[in-house]
Formats: sequence, structure tokens, C-alpha cells
Amino acid sequence: MTKIEVLGPGCNNCMRLEKNTREAVAMAGIEAEITKVTDYAEIMAYGIISTPGLVIDGKVVSYGRVPSANDIVTWLSE
Amino acid sequence: MTSLALQRARAPFWPTVGLGIVAWLVAWFIALPLANWVAYDLLGLEQGSQLGDAIAFFLYDVPKVLLLLTGIVTLVSFLRSFVSPERVRRALAGRGTLPGTLAAAGFGTITPFCSCSAVPLFIGFVEVGVPLGVTFAFLIASPMVNEIAIVLLWGLFGPSVTLMYVAAGLVVAIVAGLVIGRLHLERYVEPYVWEIKSVGTQTIDMKLTLEDRVRDAWASTRSLVWKVLPYVLIGIGIGAVIHGFVPTDLVVSIGGSDNPLAVPALVLLGVPLYSNAAGTIPIIEVLIAKGLPMGSALAFMMAITALSFPEMVILRRVMKPQLIAVFVGVVAVGILFVGYLFNALYA
Repeated sequence: MTKIEVLGPGCNNCMRLEKNTREAVAMAGIEAEITKVTDYAEIMAYGIISTPGLVIDGKVVSYGRVPSANDIVTWLSE
Repeated sequence: MTSLALQRARAPFWPTVGLGIVAWLVAWFIALPLANWVAYDLLGLEQGSQLGDAIAFFLYDVPKVLLLLTGIVTLVSFLRSFVSPERVRRALAGRGTLPGTLAAAGFGTITPFCSCSAVPLFIGFVEVGVPLGVTFAFLIASPMVNEIAIVLLWGLFGPSVTLMYVAAGLVVAIVAGLVIGRLHLERYVEPYVWEIKSVGTQTIDMKLTLEDRVRDAWASTRSLVWKVLPYVLIGIGIGAVIHGFVPTDLVVSIGGSDNPLAVPALVLLGVPLYSNAAGTIPIIEVLIAKGLPMGSALAFMMAITALSFPEMVILRRVMKPQLIAVFVGVVAVGILFVGYLFNALYA
């Protein structure tokens, strides 16, 4: 099962990212566990300072922007 | 299954971009004649009457402001995708105080800024050794020179005044940063900040194509415009009423350079307004047309963007009230100074 983390305190961009992520998971037809990380210390432990961020199976794939569902599908297929 | 097969199909990219630009230009040039035609010919209102002028103004200003927002926010977002706070942090980490402050202010103006990133940004800068004053220079410059401010100024006055606003913002950020740095206020940062360890300055460099950047910029613009649309419409409504019904003398006497309380009042008014910045665009536009002087207008804009109450609430997570108070005080003084200066220069 793919482990996905959406990093962000809950502002507009973070919500868009979560929405796009769920869409991407549905499009890819895979099983994934999506968690929202809102604690700043935990977010920064990944080494990023601009939210929102996206982590797939422990690897930071995006930060500082809101990738589209299409973008996320590409990463999920790698 | 390849990811290409899983993705949603999209229209051919660059032709769509071209079409979008053409549509924008057409709308831009049609807006005024169309608004006048609807108000005066179609609806039969009288040109020069208060109601007629107010409605014609409303019909013209709505598409105009929306076009300005979409055009400039998309362009600026696209350009800003080339700069990231992570890169800026790396660039500022080793520098001395004076060059660091100058660089921070400069970077701040070109880096995209999201209020929700203010906390990680502050922590990230501070714990990698960027001095407090330098961090503040960035924190002041970044929100002040934002897309909405640029839209307003460019649309109203063109590039030269916009440039002046940016220059004034830089000066305020640099001076405030230097002053705050000199005050050695490290003890007013919340203690836990010094304990956070982010994983060094590791950052994967995301390979973004030109198409990625344009798509991102457009997506940001759509979400921003959608969010501010109600405020913009209300603001234009108010602007239309002022345009049609409020006499010029009134605006000049209250907001003008003869009234020394005008600038401080506008700065105070700006503080709670950040989330409605887009809605204030049309109001300021009309007030300026009615004679509100340049300095007062600039001070108002800076106060809205640099001294936003929501951002201060967010920063309370990493700063004790005393530090926030100093931050607000120093920036407010800087903005007041800019306001009075420009009123004097443009009188």
C-alpha cells in the first residue's frame, strides 16, 4: 500500500493538494493511505519550508506548489 | 499501465495558451465601449447623471479588474516559479548582516509568499543561521510586493509608479530589518524554534518544465480569483457609488495632503484588510481618481499587505508579542514616512 503524506497547515493550497492527490489515487486505481501532516516541526523534518508539500513512500516529490492530479499520477506510477 | 494512459486527457497546450491570450486582448479592448453601450444605449441611462455614470463604471470596472487580475497574477506567478524560499535560504545562510539584509529584501520581492508558509519560513531561516533582522527584511518585503498590489498599481498608474512602490517597499524592508537586527531581540523568539531541526538544507530540485510553470500559474490564478471574486464585486459596487455620487472635494479634503491625519488613518485602516485586498483595488482606484494623493494611496496599500492582521496571528506561533509589536511598530513608522514623503513629492 502506498503511503502518501500531504504536508501543510490547512490553508487553501494544502486543501487543493489533498483534493488533487485523492483524485490521482482514484485515477491510478491503487491503494493508498493519505495522511495530512499539519504540525510545523513534522513538516520541516522533511527539509522543506514552503508548503504545501507532498511525500510519497517517504520521498519528497513536491514542495511549494500544487501539482495537478495528472502530475501526481505520474509520480505514483514510478 | 503507463502513467500517460491513466492521466486525464487535456487540450493541446500551446494553442490553448495562444487562444487565451487573444481572448484576453479582445476582452480588454472591448470592455469600455461595451460598458458604455450597455449603460447609455441599451439601458438608456443618461451620460453625466449620477446613476448612469455609476452603472457604466460598474459594467466597465468588473471585466477590467478581472482581466487585470488574471493577466498580471498569471504572469507574476509564472515568473516567481523560478524562485523558491528554499533556494533563498541557502543563498542567505552564510552572509554578513548588511549584505544579507539587502539580499533578503531583494529576494523577498521576487519570491512567492503564502501566509501559511510564514511560520516554516521563519523557523527555517532562523535555525540555519540567518540573522533575525535579515529574516525580517524578507518577511516584510515578500508580502508587500505581492501580485494584488502590482495589479492595482500597474493598472492604475502604469509601470513607473509600480516600480516606485517596489522601491519604497524595499527601503522600508531594509531599514526595518536593520533596525530590528540592531535591537537584538532573539530572546523574544519562542524558545522551541531554536530546537527544531529541519533536515539540513536538503531539497530535491523539482524539474519543472515551462508547461508545468504556466499550468501552475494559471491554476493559482483561477483559485485566487475565485476566492476574491465576491470582495471584488462588492468593492467595485462601492467604487461605482463613490464614482457616481461622492464629490471630489470631499475626498480631497479628508484624504488629501492638507489633512495630516489622513496617512496614519489609512495605515490603521489597512491592518485588518489583508484578506480583502482585491476588493479594495476598485475603491482605491476611484478615490485616487477623485483626488486621493499618491502617498496616502501607497501607504494604504503597504499597510494592507505588509501589516496584515491574519499574518500576525500566524506569526504569534513563533514570536512573542513583544517581537510582533516591534515588527509592526517599525514597519508602520516606515510606511508612514513613505506616505508623507510621497504626498509631499506629488503635491
